[in-house]
Amino acid sequence: MIRFVSTLAATALLATTAQAATEITWWHAMGGKLGETVNSIVGEFNESQNACQLNATYKGGYEETMTAGIAAFRAKQAPNIIQIFDAGSATIISAKGAVTPVADLMTENGVAFDKEDYIPGVRTFYADSDGKMIGMPFNSSTPVMYYNKAALAEAGVEPPKTWEEFEIAAPKLAEKGYIALSQSHGPWIWSENFMSRHNLPMSDRNNGFDGPATKIGYNNEDLRMHFHKLKEWKDKGWYGHYGAKWDDNKVPFEKKEVAMWIGSSGSFGGLKDTTDFAFGTAGLPYWKSIVPGEPLHTFIGGAALFTFAGHEKAQNECVAQFFTHLTKPETQYFWHKETGYVPVTKAAYDLAKTDGYYDREPDAEVGILQLSEASAEWNKGYRLGFYPQIREVLYREYDKIFNGDVTVEEAFNTIEEESNELLARFAKTTGM
Amino acid sequence: MKRNQFGHSPLPYLLIAPQLLIILIFFVWPAVQSVRLSFFLEDPWGLSRSFVGFDNYTSVLSNSQYHSTALFTLFFSAVVTVLALGVALLLAVKADGIIRGAKTYRVLLIWAYAVAPAVAGMIGLFLANQHIGPLFPLFNLLWDFDNKTDSADATFWLTLVCVWKQVSVNFVYFLAGLQGIPRSVREAAALDCQSGFRRFWTVTFPLLAPTGFFLMVINITYAFFDTFPIIDTLTRGRPGGSTFTLVYKVYKDGFLGADLGGSSAQSVILMVVVMLLTIVQFRFIERKIHY
Repeated sequence: MIRFVSTLAATALLATTAQAATEITWWHAMGGKLGETVNSIVGEFNESQNACQLNATYKGGYEETMTAGIAAFRAKQAPNIIQIFDAGSATIISAKGAVTPVADLMTENGVAFDKEDYIPGVRTFYADSDGKMIGMPFNSSTPVMYYNKAALAEAGVEPPKTWEEFEIAAPKLAEKGYIALSQSHGPWIWSENFMSRHNLPMSDRNNGFDGPATKIGYNNEDLRMHFHKLKEWKDKGWYGHYGAKWDDNKVPFEKKEVAMWIGSSGSFGGLKDTTDFAFGTAGLPYWKSIVPGEPLHTFIGGAALFTFAGHEKAQNECVAQFFTHLTKPETQYFWHKETGYVPVTKAAYDLAKTDGYYDREPDAEVGILQLSEASAEWNKGYRLGFYPQIREVLYREYDKIFNGDVTVEEAFNTIEEESNELLARFAKTTGM
Repeated sequence: MKRNQFGHSPLPYLLIAPQLLIILIFFVWPAVQSVRLSFFLEDPWGLSRSFVGFDNYTSVLSNSQYHSTALFTLFFSAVVTVLALGVALLLAVKADGIIRGAKTYRVLLIWAYAVAPAVAGMIGLFLANQHIGPLFPLFNLLWDFDNKTDSADATFWLTLVCVWKQVSVNFVYFLAGLQGIPRSVREAAALDCQSGFRRFWTVTFPLLAPTGFFLMVINITYAFFDTFPIIDTLTRGRPGGSTFTLVYKVYKDGFLGADLGGSSAQSVILMVVVMLLTIVQFRFIERKIHY
């Protein structure tokens, strides 16, 4: 908080002294502790030079931020930089002419830019089908599992690597009075990353990278099997479903009712503040029966920064400068340490390693290690239209599965039908 | 035919101009826009747009989720209206009969009106929270209450919060209506009939009818539209999409889903439904009321 206030003061001071500075705006979705960290990075950038003045504004959650950006663009009042989440990537990347690709922005403004500097999963997710990077990866995260060390020790179990191991550990935790597992994001954890971790196609047309997809891949035997298991686990008291909200599923873990919680690698920093017990971090479990060989990496989640087109050249220069500042190993390392989001460049990852950060905090490396696991055909990313609405369909049907309103088969038939309708609708809006 | 001509002063037009301007800018213009948009399919950014005729309407009307949302909206609006009016009327009648400390009672009953709907939603959220909400264990003494995963419980709790928020407004009007009934009429009624219950239904209630009718129109509109902030803070249409109202779906699909064409079609349908409903109310119910 002191840092935040001093940053504000410094920003105010700078604004009065450097009147000639070019002002640029950044709309983001980072609230709470994350927002404070964003503010200190912005403050640092503004202090480091006199030519540019960056104003960062918190716009609410990911959906709200994207909505605000769309409305502003239509009213010709778009900010320079906007943070768009993974599910919205098709929406923004298919908007030809609305956004300047980050690769072009950097080279046009004489800043060296090499996509090979970025870690592989990050490089592909926000790129177009030719591999050109459109968005600047910012807060990159992936689902990981946090576990209550004392609870697992009490039950005499190790954190499970696979769901097969989970089925052995869960009854032992139940015996000690714990619900073994909860998770905070059904679509992201139980759907998108189920597909990436098990190398299953999300949709036709190369997960949507080769053009607007029309068929969703969710209604498959493996995912249905997983949901049959989840329902069975819930009925046995091994799995807790506390509705669709992120925090409602996290709080039972913080209250020591649930022994293991799957959240984001970016939850690490916040969780340290809200728990009063020792917790560890482990990778997202997978079914050995589906992936018998070495584990596969998950999708990179989180969000990226996009630059709206149609601004003055001086402003674009400032944006390029800020991106340079943001991707500096020192800034990335600071962001990684404060929040738990993974470093997006190889140099930053190396810096964290040479600094001995992972010797001190081995948990902090789990996310990036998981993202560095084997690549396969279907875990590079996905690009699906109206995907935020498809996520709503998933949330809705998963609620219904767990409260027993529909069977797993019925739910997945509905998901397939409604998702395909949404995909077809989106394909029409892009005129392809 | 000879008509009487009076010299018109432009003053009345000038005086209603601001009101007309407000209606034009905030109602007519957006309504025309949404009718227009409902015939187009366009990308979120407004970069391209194509005319699709009635496609948006047919795809909305053939969507099964839309049907269940429509049914829920009707059910929810009926329950909220009946309860909000019933409870307020009961409280007003009781408060009207009190002589000592009457003002204190009134203030206590009215002040919920000052709570913003979004805040009412937040209060509801905290009260029924599994870990910190005092009402959660209380409800669980009676049945297995869980408003986060059970559709019926979520609907129950949402309805209760929406009714609570509206009761105070209705109370104010009903109380004013009751106090507007002449004392002489009441005294005459008291002489003729001993039963307070019968007196209420035969004398007081018909005299209150104009107030009641006005409030019914207001309350149906409230249940349809103004419960939006409470839904947005309390349930967001969850669990399992069971607490979606039509207007909340317009917002979800249009603003969060960035599907302007489909969302405009929905809002046009909603506009027509509410217009029909209002016409029905005025044609069939208002006739039975004597002012």
